[in-house]
Amino acid sequence: MAEEEVVGCGKPTGSVVGEPAGETEQTTMETVTKEEETMMVKVGGKAPDFEAPAYHKGKFTSVKLSDYLGKWVLLCFYPGDFTFV
Amino acid sequence: MSAVADRYNEFQELGVEVIAVSVDSMFVHKVWDEEELAKMVDGGIPYPMASDGAGNIGKVYGVYDEAGGVDVRGRFIIDPDGVVQAMEVLTPPVGRKVDEALRQIKAFQHVRATKGAEATPSGWEPGKPTLKVGPDLVGKVWEVWKP
Repeated sequence: MAEEEVVGCGKPTGSVVGEPAGETEQTTMETVTKEEETMMVKVGGKAPDFEAPAYHKGKFTSVKLSDYLGKWVLLCFYPGDFTFV
Repeated sequence: MSAVADRYNEFQELGVEVIAVSVDSMFVHKVWDEEELAKMVDGGIPYPMASDGAGNIGKVYGVYDEAGGVDVRGRFIIDPDGVVQAMEVLTPPVGRKVDEALRQIKAFQHVRATKGAEATPSGWEPGKPTLKVGPDLVGKVWEVWKP
């Protein structure tokens, strides 16, 4: 899994691997390659790969979905920290 | 969030890795984990909390709400080949049920273990009969599966 990241003052964001370079290109965490067209997710289809900065057990790190190949993954999106549900 | 963390050992037993994603920065994730979640779940959140500040990830997963600037509730089960086997997307006020995610994972793992020779009928739980997929089953599901 990913190494611990050096933390800067910017607010890095996650990005889709394979997404064409956009406005957020300057952010430190961005990994942009033009290997494939971005696709929407659908069942039975490949999960779009992404890389994102993350917090994990006291450390700042990064998560890349394709690093999890060979394992089952439960990917959970939620509306926001400190929300109630 | 804490509901999944609370049952994390059950996901681990099934060999499932959990990744949580919201538009919050990793700094906010840290403070939320330390200040609140650690009080609900021993040791805090055991899996990575990723940051999707620009909604880039949420957009391709169909869960980014442009108006609200958030990723709505979305749960995806991804198999070891990187294929999405299940998805469930909810608007924010209603939470998910962890039991159902675990049940679906067990069912997909069973199907995968049989290389697709068996399917699991509605409401299947481990130990219950499965359907043996093939020509013999056509028109005969009523004989083997009674809800």
